[in-house]
Amino acid sequence: MIAFWILAPLAVLAALAMVAARKAVHSALMLAYVMITLAILYAMQDAPFLFAVQVIVYTGAVLMLFLFVLMLVGVDASDSLVETIKGQRLLAVLAGLGFGVLLVLGVAQAVVSAPVGLEAAHAQGNVVGLAELLFTKYVFAFEVTGALLITAALAAMVLAHRERLTPKPTQRDLAEARLREYAETGRHPGPLPPPGVYSRHNAVDTPALLPDGRASDLSVSRTLRARGTLRSAPELADDVDETLRKIGATGRTRTVGDRAAGEVGPPTEGRTFPASGEQPDGDGTGGDS
Amino acid sequence: MSTEPFLVLSALLFTIGAFGVLIRRNAIVVFMCVELMLNAANLAFVTFARHHGNLDGQIAAFFVMVVAAAEVVVGLAIIVTIFRTRRSASVDDASLLKY
Repeated sequence: MIAFWILAPLAVLAALAMVAARKAVHSALMLAYVMITLAILYAMQDAPFLFAVQVIVYTGAVLMLFLFVLMLVGVDASDSLVETIKGQRLLAVLAGLGFGVLLVLGVAQAVVSAPVGLEAAHAQGNVVGLAELLFTKYVFAFEVTGALLITAALAAMVLAHRERLTPKPTQRDLAEARLREYAETGRHPGPLPPPGVYSRHNAVDTPALLPDGRASDLSVSRTLRARGTLRSAPELADDVDETLRKIGATGRTRTVGDRAAGEVGPPTEGRTFPASGEQPDGDGTGGDS
Repeated sequence: MSTEPFLVLSALLFTIGAFGVLIRRNAIVVFMCVELMLNAANLAFVTFARHHGNLDGQIAAFFVMVVAAAEVVVGLAIIVTIFRTRRSASVDDASLLKY
């Protein structure tokens, strides 16, 4: 009984946290906790078969399914906290409290005798006892369950199936679309430039430098920029400049460094560079410096 | 081990699940609350099986689990279908039968 008094309050807390959590993923994790707690409670009450089924079917299969759907729908699809029906939350709290008090009182008063225990029913063990019942008294329900499972699997396939409405684009279509875009907007049809490779740093978080000294915006992943873990090229260029000054080199590297420091703004500004600027221009500083 | 604490826990979990169904609007979370209610009912089944000393309650809990698994599969498929057409999993948005 000590295990019960440890598990039960935590289960109730986890259930409340499940209702209160704003992110659906947190709700799913809390639900997993409640289900595992319930599995242990089954084991405490002489139901080892249901303990295993609870862990395998609920925490294993059903919650994985929930998490898969969360992945499909979008993990960050959190609820807005705006009430759409006025007073709904208050009414829900009142209804919940009333229902809970009624249920708890009714259930607590319904039981008057001492529990019989499952020792007699478990004469041959839990699984054998369950199997005997399942294949004699409940055999029709068992068969119907099989039909239900097949129907559910079919229904899920039919519901989740998506008909392709447009033909699948071939390589030729993709190439034509790319070149059409190049003709209309000037977007470079080739692959994106790789990230910067310098003598001192060659990680993917460093943008490549264009021939005129600017940082190439297309050469680094958008995710890294959004995360703010980008090393800026001018920073590195200044570094190189300093090193060059120390070893006595002068002249053209200085101008390149100035230009890089002057032209590259914050990362958000970098996105507005015209894509055609990625092409080396004849009048860029790459030529005259 | 007495029976009442298990029944009270089952009633509490069922109430919390029902409360969540009333208050939440993300269809997936509403679905999780329904699962919680089913689990609470299962706990009551298992408890009463021990209380009365026969295995019929455990068989009932077993069938509830099977039906719940089938229900989750179909329900989540419906949610995915709704999300695909409306780009939203909120139960408020799906207020019309069509369109």
